[in-house]
Formats: sequence, C-alpha cells, structure tokens
Amino acid sequence: MKDVHQHHDALAHEEAVVVRDISVRYDTVLALEGATLTVCTGEALGIVGPNGSGKSTLLKSIAGLLTPARGSIEVFGKSPKSLGPGSIAYVPQVEAVDWSFPATVRDVVSMGRFSRLRPWQVFGSRDRDAVERALEAVHMTDLADRHIANLSGGQQQRAFVARAIAQDPQVLLLDEPTTGVDAKTEEALRVVVRHLVAHGLPVLMTTHDLERVEEWFDRLLVLDRKVLALGDPAEVLASGAYASIREHTHTHGHMRHDRA
Amino acid sequence: MNELLMPFQYDFMQRAFLAALCVGLLCSVMGTYVILRKLSFIGDGIAHASFAGIVIAYLRGIDYYVGAAVVAVATAVGIGFVHRRGKISLDTTIGVLFTGAFALGVFLMSRQRSYAIDLQSFLFGDILGVGRGDLLLILGLALAIAIAVVILWRGLMYTSFDPVVAQASGISAEVHEYALLVMLALTIIVSLQSVGIILVAALLVTPAAAAYQLTSRFVPMMVLAAVFGSVSTVGGLYLSYYLGSSSGATIVLLATGLFFVAMACARLSRILRRSA
Repeated sequence: MKDVHQHHDALAHEEAVVVRDISVRYDTVLALEGATLTVCTGEALGIVGPNGSGKSTLLKSIAGLLTPARGSIEVFGKSPKSLGPGSIAYVPQVEAVDWSFPATVRDVVSMGRFSRLRPWQVFGSRDRDAVERALEAVHMTDLADRHIANLSGGQQQRAFVARAIAQDPQVLLLDEPTTGVDAKTEEALRVVVRHLVAHGLPVLMTTHDLERVEEWFDRLLVLDRKVLALGDPAEVLASGAYASIREHTHTHGHMRHDRA
Repeated sequence: MNELLMPFQYDFMQRAFLAALCVGLLCSVMGTYVILRKLSFIGDGIAHASFAGIVIAYLRGIDYYVGAAVVAVATAVGIGFVHRRGKISLDTTIGVLFTGAFALGVFLMSRQRSYAIDLQSFLFGDILGVGRGDLLLILGLALAIAIAVVILWRGLMYTSFDPVVAQASGISAEVHEYALLVMLALTIIVSLQSVGIILVAALLVTPAAAAYQLTSRFVPMMVLAAVFGSVSTVGGLYLSYYLGSSSGATIVLLATGLFFVAMACARLSRILRRSA
C-alpha cells in the first residue's frame, strides 16, 4: 500500500463515466436537474452538497438503480443497465440490511464475488484470494469470522467497502463512507481508495467532510440539485460555491449513530 | 427388529416415505429463503390460492394438481407483479391476492349442488394415497426445483440480504424474486398431497426457523433445515403409522417439537458460553 501513486502516470486516462444533462424525478420532486459531468479512469471525484442536494440520487442513477427522466449516462460507453455483471460496485450511505442475517464479515465480503461468477461456476481460489485481499485492505482480517451483528458502525462500513473491492469493479460508487466513522477508519478508507484510484479505478464518492477533500479527491463537485461547481478541489474550495455549501452542511450535517 | 421395518413392507408406504423425504428436503431448503426474506405468510397464501385451482380443475375435468399448479404459479407471479408495480409491501400483496383466490374457489364450489371433490384430502393431505404417477410428478418437480436452487442460490441469497447493492452489481433483484416465488409455488404444489393446504406453511417455516436458532451462517442453516425437514416428514409419517394418527398433523407436530428443542439448545449454549 506504500507507493500509492506509483502507476498513476503510466495509465492512460479514458472517460469512464459520462453523465449528460440528466434530470431525475421522485414522483413530483425534482432531485437532480441538468447535471453534467465526466469521470476518467484513475480519478477520484468528490461530491459535496447539503442534504437533499441529489448526491445519493446521482450515485444511484449511475448505478442503474434510478432512471433519469431526461439526459443520458454512459459507463465505459454503455448505459448502466446494459453493463456486464460486476461492473459497478455501490456502497450505499445507510445499509438497510437485516443485521441478523446468518453471515460473517467474510460471508458478506464474499458476496462481492457473486456478480463475477456464472451460476455453474464454483467459488474458487481466485475468489477466495480476492476476498482475503479486500479484507486486508480495510484491516478486517482479524474480524473476518465475526457475525455482522457484532460490528461497530465503522466496522460495518469497512466490511461493505471490502465487499465492493472484492467485486473488482470497473467503477466504484461510495455514498458517504466516512460519515460516523472514527478518524482511524477514515484514514484507512482513504488509503484504500487512493490505492485503487492509483491503479486506474474511477471512484465517485459523496461526503459531508469538507476538511480533507484535497487529500481524498482529484476533483470536487459541488451539487445542489444542479452542478454548482466542478474542478480542482483547491480551486473549488476557494470559490464562493463552497462557502455557501459549508454554511449549510455545518448547520444541517448529521452524524450517523455508531452501532457498537 | 422386523416390527420396526413393518411400515416399509407395503408399496404405498414406500411411496409415501419417498414422497415425505422429498417434501421434507424441498420445503426446508426453500424455507431458508422464506425465513430470511420474512415471507412466512407466503406458504399459507399460495396454498390457499391453489384451492381455486383444484375447484376449477374439478369443474373442467382436468387433473387437480395441474389446476392447483397453474393457479399457484399465477398467484405467485401476480404477487410479485402487484408488489413491484403497486409499491405495496409483499406481505400486504400476499394477503390481498391469496384471500381473493381462495374466495374464488369457495365461490365456484358453492354454486355446485354436489361436492364430488374429496376436500378432506386437500385440506389435510393424504400421503398414503400417493400413487405411482403422483410420486413421479413429485420427484420430477422436486428435481427441477433442486436444479434451480443449485443454479440460483448465490443470487437468491445476495438479493435476500442486500437487494439494492446486488442490483447495482448486476444481479437482478426482480428476476430472483420472481424465480423464488415460482419455485415456492411449485414446492407448495409438490407438498399439497402430503400435508395438505392448511399445514404446508408449517413445513416451509418451522424447520428453517429451527435451524436459524442454531447457526449464524447461511449454508449450515440450509443444511440443518434440510435435516430437520426430512426428519420431521419421514419421522412424522413413521410415527403416524404406529399412532394411527393423521400423517400431516403428526409431521407438523414433530417439526414444531424440533423447533422448541432447537430453541432450548440455542438458549442452553448461550448460557454455557456466558458462564465459560
């Protein structure tokens, strides 16, 4: 994990996610209006904005979970729904799963491999290796056999990030993975994400934490139903768009409760 | 010793035991998904709905099981469709559709002057009446469902646990939901003759619920459920032979007993672990 920027220059940066002028509607509410952006391979895009600004909606649309009323989304030249299985890994903001489901951390991370396997294929050594590597990346090897109900909020978050990594996706979508986790977990996640980005993975991630965006991201998107700003994190931070958003998030920003 | 093997000397008993084993394994394996998706209601629902199929089959002079199967699968698919399109919870959808289908069965039957259908055997099962053809049908359907489970088990598990993330990764929650509903409908049809409409739901829920008490892993839960399920059906049938009791009721009572034993074991192991 040391030389995170090792391969950075070697990779040709091609367009991975192209979002053109999309509008997304929930019944009568317009959650996103005319959003346009591009994310290349080997690039981490941070998405900030107040609650209800459409951050999660943007990620869900790219994941193919929502269909825009207008505009188009292409992931490596294809619509999200026509992509091959395993292409997109998505880590939602709040995991609304049944925590009493009979599964250990390793079982959950193993699910990341399911989209990579045809029904008749056996879960083989290659899959097991990917699972162990993913567990290692988020420092959860020693917790691998623990039942998911017995994890803290930060550990749960790391387990779901590990599941996404084990999938070996072409695009990684993270919805506020750092909300409610401690500083150590956040740093561990940042190292993992930067490592993946250095190896060419395009990452889109929403966050409420505006303090460390320059360390996390190559570019920053400020969203409030519309794209307010998009560019170099330092430049976006210096712009007025950031200031107005910061006001907003500091008054409305919320912390997720730890489940420990 | 010979006395213990006595039930097996009759052809109809051999067929009954084979059918019981099939039904026990099938119901408990499918029951694992039923429990984890919190669909305990569905067994009752589809079984009652199939009653309409039995009545329609009688009126048209076709095989009862064909009628029951068609209506059960149609109800299962209908449940999935109304749930997804109507944005109504699965539980509510099942409640609406199964009572509707059951009422249709009662309505059609009430307009008949004579009841030639042996209702008793459908409501409570008649495993001793399983003929050669019935057994072949049971074995065939059981094999088809078993193959479907082998092919779909990972997707069914992932979409049971985390449908949204599974969907994002390209594993369709919708396809797996429909597949599960159809597989459940066929499982219930296979089991109808053995335990009847009223009691089939117990076989879908109880063995898997017992297994759930004892393990916190998915595959062990499915295997344990299969053990509990087959012990209940085969053991229950065996007991009913000596007790002269209804086979369906004895099977379900044995399963219920195993559930409470499993619960007690789970409690005991928790207490032991705490004091250790």
